[in-house]
Amino acid sequence: MSAETGSADFHASSSKALLDPSLRANFRRAMDGLMAKRAAQFPDPAEWEALRSLAASIRARTLAKLPELLDALETRCAANGIRVHWAETTDDANEIVLGILRARGATRLVKGKSMVSEEMHLNDFLEKNGVESLESDLGEYIIQLDGETPSHIIMPAIHKSRQQIARLFGEKIRGAEYTEDVDALTATARRVLRRKFFEAEAGVSGVNIAVAETGTLVLVENEGNGRMSTHVPPVHIALMGIEKVVEKLEDVAPILTVLTRSATGQPVSTYLNLISGPRGPGEKDGPGEVHLVILDNGRSRIFADQEVAATLRCIRCGACMNYCPVYTRVGGHAYEAVYPGPIGSILTPQTEGLAKRHDLPHASSLCHACVEVCPVKIPITQILVTLRKESAHASPEFLVKGAGGGRDRLEDLAWWGWRMAHVSPLLYKAMSLGLRVFGPLLKGGAGPLKAWTQARTMPRRAPRTLHDLASEKGLPDA
Amino acid sequence: MPDARERILGRLRAVKPHAFTPSDFSIVETKTWSPAARLERLRTAMAAVRTEFLDAAAHDWPETVRAFLVAQGARNVAYGPATEAGRLLAAACTRAGAPALVPYDRPVEDLKATLFDDVDAGFTAVRCAIADTGTLVLWPSPEEPRLLSLVPPLHVALLSAATIRDTLLSVLRDEGWAKGLPPNVVLVSGPSKTADIEQTLAYGVHGPKRLVVVVI
Repeated sequence: MSAETGSADFHASSSKALLDPSLRANFRRAMDGLMAKRAAQFPDPAEWEALRSLAASIRARTLAKLPELLDALETRCAANGIRVHWAETTDDANEIVLGILRARGATRLVKGKSMVSEEMHLNDFLEKNGVESLESDLGEYIIQLDGETPSHIIMPAIHKSRQQIARLFGEKIRGAEYTEDVDALTATARRVLRRKFFEAEAGVSGVNIAVAETGTLVLVENEGNGRMSTHVPPVHIALMGIEKVVEKLEDVAPILTVLTRSATGQPVSTYLNLISGPRGPGEKDGPGEVHLVILDNGRSRIFADQEVAATLRCIRCGACMNYCPVYTRVGGHAYEAVYPGPIGSILTPQTEGLAKRHDLPHASSLCHACVEVCPVKIPITQILVTLRKESAHASPEFLVKGAGGGRDRLEDLAWWGWRMAHVSPLLYKAMSLGLRVFGPLLKGGAGPLKAWTQARTMPRRAPRTLHDLASEKGLPDA
Repeated sequence: MPDARERILGRLRAVKPHAFTPSDFSIVETKTWSPAARLERLRTAMAAVRTEFLDAAAHDWPETVRAFLVAQGARNVAYGPATEAGRLLAAACTRAGAPALVPYDRPVEDLKATLFDDVDAGFTAVRCAIADTGTLVLWPSPEEPRLLSLVPPLHVALLSAATIRDTLLSVLRDEGWAKGLPPNVVLVSGPSKTADIEQTLAYGVHGPKRLVVVVI
């Protein structure tokens, strides 16, 4: 992924994505479906407003008390027998996971869905170190089989049609015949992965919510692969970002209801797995060890900047991408980032730095749809504008990583000229005269207007300037 | 040199605390139903995601379960022999023609192959249930291990209608869950499902393919 090696270019990758009709059809169909299902879950606007205010208040309280809640979470988890590890960077987190596996000689691992593990590029790292790390969520399994990354944080394989998946299974899975029947494809994955759950020496999962009050890890899922990954292997390693904690157990209830309804339009997920410790005394199953890795990876820096800190309220429901007119058209891969869509466009530039990802705050029309559906009221568009500003200017009060890194000297010069022309009457007249003389020579589709007129009509010049009209009316010239 | 924990927490503590307002839970607290309406709501919600229901009386449910398992062609059923419900089920399954009993009475390490490859059904009790979302609260324990409700393709769950509450919030408040939880609690709202291929719903992907709730 180019986001890893150098600066990425959303303009180029989105232009390419727009030319792929099957990709666009797959996303259009999926996003229409997800929007309809979500909308059906919130028929009462008053209830929706009250619920999102509650969820937002819970997440804001988390941020207000974050250091003490993390401290309490660690204490409670430790008392419950969960071993807590802290990682400042994704490299550190990868080493912690590998260390746990090496200490037990584990080389076969099954994974439940975890966006933090995507941030870490954990699978690649473990494969390089001789550990088989197998995704078990059906969508994640599909894209891992095809060597891809998720294109959506909830529906990772949403960019693929069933025909593409059918071909993939036929090619990559021994004993699988080409079939477009979704039940048959699902049954094939079940058969393969059951063996893997059985054999796995360790399981990795994400964490949807960690409860400081009780030292509980809350996992939300529909498939049962999360339960398989966390209950069957002898070791369970859970990965979370520092922002995933909540203060009280009762805070879980409102977060869950807005999460599942916003994400997939379900009133509730099939499973809610509350893990508060390893196998207890006398218990016949469950992992003997549970580890919790708490990852920073730039989050504490976001936390320090009150203008953008609301980014950390996110509960990863994905509604902002489902409703985003940009995301729906270009798909998730065009963002060249772990988190695509509106939330990714505010998160990625902050974690990777504006010098590298100053393109992403512009991957939006600022239409506000993401803000309207966000269940925790993140002011996404406001943060996008802040990031655009901080990308173009470096100022001591701008705390975002790489502030000023998106600065373009030519753009600066153009705006400087524009400003000067508008504060000096003499220069303004000179500009008017220049446009009158040279304006007719400008043609659409060529020269400086080529890029502009590619997707827009050629601007029409008024035959007479405002100055002329004003002086005709007898208004005095300034 | 401070470790990662100290450095992360140090950075967080260096920031002036963010503002917040108290949480108003009333929108969740006001959801209540009558006892009869709770069962109706639970059934409707769970049936919508392909959960099956069997009605039984408190005295004859073991026979209902036995007859159901036989009718479904289940060769055997895994269960917790030390639980009250497990003992009653076992008593009903001693006669000829009943499914064989697989007691989950030893560490999974000694039962794993059987459980994964040879068990047709798993039986558990339900601690309580949630009307709002149509959800069963399972409370795994040494007597009723976690994998009973996960690994076998058919999960039969015994629910007493009297234990159905309004919402998740009311359950965890009334039962005092915040004082501490066992190593694992699982809330189940249907059989395993996925929509990862073209958003087409498919059941039985990794967990049980069927969930049957016996209501007494």
